[in-house]
Amino acid sequence: MSKARQSTLRTSLVHVALIAYTLVALFPVFLTIINSFKSKQAIFGQPLRLPGPSTFSLIGYETVLKQGDFITYFQNSTIVTVVSIFLVLLLGAMAAFALSEYRFRGNTLMGLYLAIGIMIPIRLGTVALLQGMVATGLVNTLTALVLVYTAQGLPLAIFILSEFMRTVSDDLKNAGRIDGLSEYAIFFRLVLPLVRPSMATVAVFTMIPIWNDLWFPLILAPSESTKTVTLGAQLFIGQFVTNWNAVLAALSLAIFPVLILYVIFSRQLIRGITSGAVK
Amino acid sequence: MTDLAPEQGTEAARRRPRRWHIFVFLAPAVVVYTAVMILPLFETLRQSFFNTVEGEKVFVGFANFATLFGDPRWAADFWNALRNNFIFFLIHMAVQNPIGVALAALLSLPGLKFGAFYRTAFFLPTLLSFVIVGFIWKLILSPIWGVAPWLMDLVGLKSAFGPWLGKPGSALIAVSLVSVWQFIGIPMMLIYAALLNIPEEVIEAAEIDGIVGWGQFFKIKLPLVLPAIGIISILTFVGNFNAFDLVYTMQGALAGPDKATDILGTFLYRTFFGFQLQLGDPSMGATIATMMFLIILTGVCIYLFGIQRRIRRYQF
Repeated sequence: MSKARQSTLRTSLVHVALIAYTLVALFPVFLTIINSFKSKQAIFGQPLRLPGPSTFSLIGYETVLKQGDFITYFQNSTIVTVVSIFLVLLLGAMAAFALSEYRFRGNTLMGLYLAIGIMIPIRLGTVALLQGMVATGLVNTLTALVLVYTAQGLPLAIFILSEFMRTVSDDLKNAGRIDGLSEYAIFFRLVLPLVRPSMATVAVFTMIPIWNDLWFPLILAPSESTKTVTLGAQLFIGQFVTNWNAVLAALSLAIFPVLILYVIFSRQLIRGITSGAVK
Repeated sequence: MTDLAPEQGTEAARRRPRRWHIFVFLAPAVVVYTAVMILPLFETLRQSFFNTVEGEKVFVGFANFATLFGDPRWAADFWNALRNNFIFFLIHMAVQNPIGVALAALLSLPGLKFGAFYRTAFFLPTLLSFVIVGFIWKLILSPIWGVAPWLMDLVGLKSAFGPWLGKPGSALIAVSLVSVWQFIGIPMMLIYAALLNIPEEVIEAAEIDGIVGWGQFFKIKLPLVLPAIGIISILTFVGNFNAFDLVYTMQGALAGPDKATDILGTFLYRTFFGFQLQLGDPSMGATIATMMFLIILTGVCIYLFGIQRRIRRYQF
């Protein structure tokens, strides 16, 4: 009896601790979103109340949509992220296949060379990177960002994907070879479909730092037509720092896409991490 | 990398003396990676030995480094940024890892309900951009809004509240804790995964020997997840010594108040791009980037050769 009661007590204590941290993790986000829908008076008067009929207001969102060009920023971020992920996955999978499938001179060395980028951040090369982009006329273009993010994402993608490609059965590939498939067909038609789940994991890992990056948009593409959401929000908030409605609305607008994507991909992401994709 | 079926490799080699497809598969990734990552990195390192004298780039040897360490103003800024960066890292290690381990340990309890919900909630801040995280916390900690004092009042600590982000003594700690709040999801997930990988038999054997509860956690589980903690530590180290965004968002490029939150990333940014009256200086920027490279490289080497090899790995 007492043992059963003790274990119930223990379980509830565990849940109390977990709920407490859930509040710590979610409260700031919740607070921002509810206050973005309130009038200025209510934001300061009752910051913790949900917006009610008397306090509901969309004035912040109106300011944001009128003043900032968030639709363009959003498009820019989407283009940069999608194109970079596509390139990271395609080039990364090809290189991972070459490294894991064939024995050739310098294989191990090439693997190590490509792995340097996992530990050494690409930011340290910014000085020369900016000069290079200026010299090639790529400054203030989305291409510059795509190139940088592709290079940044490749090392980890190649590392994870080659681990997975080693698990694809040799019999299958050899059967393909006997049937006269070219090496390219074996890669695209046999191997790629089999490693699709790990590609999804890599895609999610690659996406988060690209979407959230502030450094490279600030340095390589700060012009009005190439701003990403992260940079746009940063500059907008800096300008409107005293207009709390606008700031909260801009923050909420920046949170929503992440929230939606997270709801869709959270299973994939968490499974990817816990299955040991990153070791 | 060399454990491929050898007969298959040699057979392919015999059939096709020139295996162009390997080149085709590898070349695009290697070209992009080399051109955009490796070459700029080495060019930046090389430029730390050059400076502009009367409009021309000339080799100056270690003169830039002499300025960085010898000129009192440069040296003061550099050591200040380096010290702050170490404090930033130590706060991460001291707060992020224990909380991450504790949350992972609770989440991995057998038969826990709503585990998926908790995991999703804990990981959410990690996905938000620095801009969002920085400004949300700036607003919450702002004395104008009054949310933080109100919350402190709930636990009876209202008098302890202060404008933390504005005081030199507390700003760095406040910014570090916000960063911990943001990234706690990563150690939690990696340790959670490591805890799940401990085989049932090991736990059962411990239970038969009468090791349960706390003792079991500290004597059995914690040693088994040490490699994961090692990986987290090096990831945190690299991330922290190359951090920039959060400080820039919360405290601006000047990393105020009075450079109390200045870390190497913001120091590099100010030096390279200039701010207010100071002009941007690519040579000194490259010099600081080189120092950051050496610091990160040292950390990675200590991990790879000093720590990783000594941690005992258990194969199940």
